[in-house]
Amino acid sequence: MKLLTHIVQNEWKTLIRGKWVIGYGLIFLLLTDTLLRFGGGGPEVLLSLSNVMLLFIPLVGMIYGILYIYQSREFVELLLTQPINRKTLYWGLYCGISTPLMAAFILGASLPLGWHGILMIDPSASIMVLALGGVLTLIFVALGFVLGLAFYDDRIKGFGFTIVIWLFMAILYDGLILMAIFMFGDYPLERFVIGATMLNPIDLARIMVMLEFDISALMGYTGAVFRRFFGTAAGLFTASGMLAVWLAVPTWIGLRVFKKKDF
Amino acid sequence: MIQNKYIISLILLLLPLTAWAGQEQIIVKEGGEISSVRQAVEIASPGDHILIQPGTYHVANLEIDKPLVIEGVDRPVIDGESVGHIFVITADSVEIRGLNLINSGRSYVRDYSAILIEKAKDVIIEDNRLENVFFGIYLAETERGVIRGNRILSFERREAASGNGIHLWNVKTAKILDNVVEGQRDGIYLEFVEGAEISGNRANDNNRYGLHFMFSDNCIYRGNIFRRNGAGAAVMYSRNVDMVENLFEHNWGTASYGLLLKDMSRSRIERNRFYRNTVAILSEGSNDITVQRNDFELNGWAVNIKSSSQRNEFLENNFIENSFDVATDSPRNPNRFEGNYWSHYEGYDLDRDGIGDVPYRPVRLFSMIVDRRPESLILLRSMMITLLDTAERIMPVLTPETLVDEKPRMERIR
Amino acid sequence: MIQIEQLVKSFGNNKVLKGMDLEIPSGQATGIVGPNGSGKTTLIKSILGLVRPDSGTIRVNDVKLNGTWLYRQNIGYMPQVARYPENMKVFELFDFIKGLRDQEPVFERELIEQFQLGPELEKSLRVLSGGNRQKVGATLAMMFDPAILFFDEPTAGLDPRSSFKFKERVKEEKRRGKTVVITSHIMSELEQLVDYVIFILDGKIRYYGSMENLLEENKEQRLEGAIARMMEKSES
Repeated sequence: MKLLTHIVQNEWKTLIRGKWVIGYGLIFLLLTDTLLRFGGGGPEVLLSLSNVMLLFIPLVGMIYGILYIYQSREFVELLLTQPINRKTLYWGLYCGISTPLMAAFILGASLPLGWHGILMIDPSASIMVLALGGVLTLIFVALGFVLGLAFYDDRIKGFGFTIVIWLFMAILYDGLILMAIFMFGDYPLERFVIGATMLNPIDLARIMVMLEFDISALMGYTGAVFRRFFGTAAGLFTASGMLAVWLAVPTWIGLRVFKKKDF
Repeated sequence: MIQNKYIISLILLLLPLTAWAGQEQIIVKEGGEISSVRQAVEIASPGDHILIQPGTYHVANLEIDKPLVIEGVDRPVIDGESVGHIFVITADSVEIRGLNLINSGRSYVRDYSAILIEKAKDVIIEDNRLENVFFGIYLAETERGVIRGNRILSFERREAASGNGIHLWNVKTAKILDNVVEGQRDGIYLEFVEGAEISGNRANDNNRYGLHFMFSDNCIYRGNIFRRNGAGAAVMYSRNVDMVENLFEHNWGTASYGLLLKDMSRSRIERNRFYRNTVAILSEGSNDITVQRNDFELNGWAVNIKSSSQRNEFLENNFIENSFDVATDSPRNPNRFEGNYWSHYEGYDLDRDGIGDVPYRPVRLFSMIVDRRPESLILLRSMMITLLDTAERIMPVLTPETLVDEKPRMERIR
Repeated sequence: MIQIEQLVKSFGNNKVLKGMDLEIPSGQATGIVGPNGSGKTTLIKSILGLVRPDSGTIRVNDVKLNGTWLYRQNIGYMPQVARYPENMKVFELFDFIKGLRDQEPVFERELIEQFQLGPELEKSLRVLSGGNRQKVGATLAMMFDPAILFFDEPTAGLDPRSSFKFKERVKEEKRRGKTVVITSHIMSELEQLVDYVIFILDGKIRYYGSMENLLEENKEQRLEGAIARMMEKSES
């Protein structure tokens, strides 16, 4: 535990000095503040923020994760020759680099929300958006880690996969769902559609945003499965549970790969 | 000045007292000389004042056929014992106030009510509590009644087994003011009513509608709250109705809406707030209605206007983060949208006159997709859907070309 | 003591180590030579635990390697390429590694003085010259006084003076009875520093023995010539 915090602290120190995490936080600070100044009241800002969050945090997170692996190769190898076990080192590095990025988003976005009073007016929605951004950061930094470790010696491939995975999860995946809905429209599709969205972390986060802001529209849908899912706590629980799985699986795969990898 | 006011209020206070001078006061008290309400009504002369002392009294189907004031002291309980009506008022100028009426009969055939007012004028029903009643206050063929400050709370969740809170049938110029109706079938029901004023009422958690309004012309309802009902207000088959400053919120469900307009004409909907309803306004076959300066916020659909509705105008409203701003069923739509604020508007204002330089098309392609394949609703707020909508907005193919706000506001209208 | 039995490792289809047996006794200074891609680096990385062998066993001071890590308390490693987080200062790097190893440095000040790193301590690793970074690596390898020292192409980026100082230091470590393992392409350097030579070719050990013996066998005065001759032999 002492070792873990030692590694985490060291990563924090160097990242903060690297300034670009601070720059990232400042971007969200400026963005949120501008939205609040020119975009009207609470729900508009939170929804614009969540759109930006759903689109860019996955991309930034993955690139950030994979870049870290590529840039710190020799350093990580040096650390691996020290008398510590790989598991500790992995968690130290992962937590050390993902949490500052997460904190940059949360702080950057919450400060303007705070001084414009939205945090007080609509705390549950604000916290929901901030927390989702945080969780997405953690998930996609882990995915970036996995990609970096998997394509350790082939950076072009690594970055290529990053972009493809992002495009797929952020846009194409929903396109496929829509296509399926139109192609198999004669069959009952509710279960399939809910199941499909549960498998994509961006969709999961999106559904949780919908549960906060669009519940009145969702309740207009006639299907019983939808109503049970969205109308009760079941939807929120399932979605947050699946997000937790999505956080656990990539970090766990990352750990597996890291432990077995030849450096 | 101050003295004058003082004197005037003193006179006002004393006025009723002088009016009582020629009237008898009858006191009903448990174990007292007169211990039943029925007995008191029987012995009373017109114009008498019956004071009911605290306690529980059994009253069923008691007809009040002479002008009386029946008043409770510290809200005595009048138990109808689930038999039939509790009070049936057939005389003019009856007043009932300060009672706690419980347990009217229930029936699938007869409209048992706590207070039924039949063919009577100038009746005042004020400051009563009604609990576990089938119908609450029922006005039939009456004129100039006032129903004020009553609380009607029942907990029957089945629509068919519950009655309406305040029910008006064939009534002229009634005033329904500051009542609270919860857990009934319809909160307030009007049929064949002329010139009623409905203000400051709260109709929450009713099984069907907060306000049910049919064949009733020249009415106004203002400053009411309709919350979490099966549907907020259904306003149908009437003309010249003013709907002002009401709050419609949290009316959710598959067939749910804040305000249903069906075959309405020449009416005004102004300065209302629609918040988190499945459909804020659903309009079918309604014409010449002005919808102005309302706030539509976080509704599923702000406006669902069927093409059977014509010449309606939506002016200076705020549309804020509704899942869908406007939906319609036809590529042609003979209604006008102008000068509204749309939070989804992405245009610019180069000449800085507060009006966007690019027209806004409030019907999303996605709303038509959802119409055909409801399951796709789950893709709401997906990046892919945003791309589709944007493409359609730039080059409209499927969405109605005529449904455009040519002068969208850049900022929220306050 | 390092004992290796039947060590096999391949990367994909590329068989890098083809069954290697090796024993390096404590206190011995050993040079590993071989052409590029012969398996030198993989061998060292296997001993350091960076690479997991497919089969075979490695024992370091009688500890069998199997995801174990405590044995590395006795190992100091100086990598060939020294790249560190750019925003870290030199003294912070030292502090960080100290915390990681949870060991008190024995020769920290001595090494800093020897390699003249004093004025560099407050600088970011980003602005350090390549040579100074190498010296930082050497300091890290030796400052905890580990019993086994690995140097991977240690003098590649060093100027003659630093190179000299480095070699003096290694000799000192030898005198102290350390096990020293060096890979290098500079044969003259190995001649100065090691007593034993391991020659690896194509994933196998072709020669392991004392320096004198190697020179004698190949009738050469210098290591370079001896190695060249051995390579010629194996090709024919």
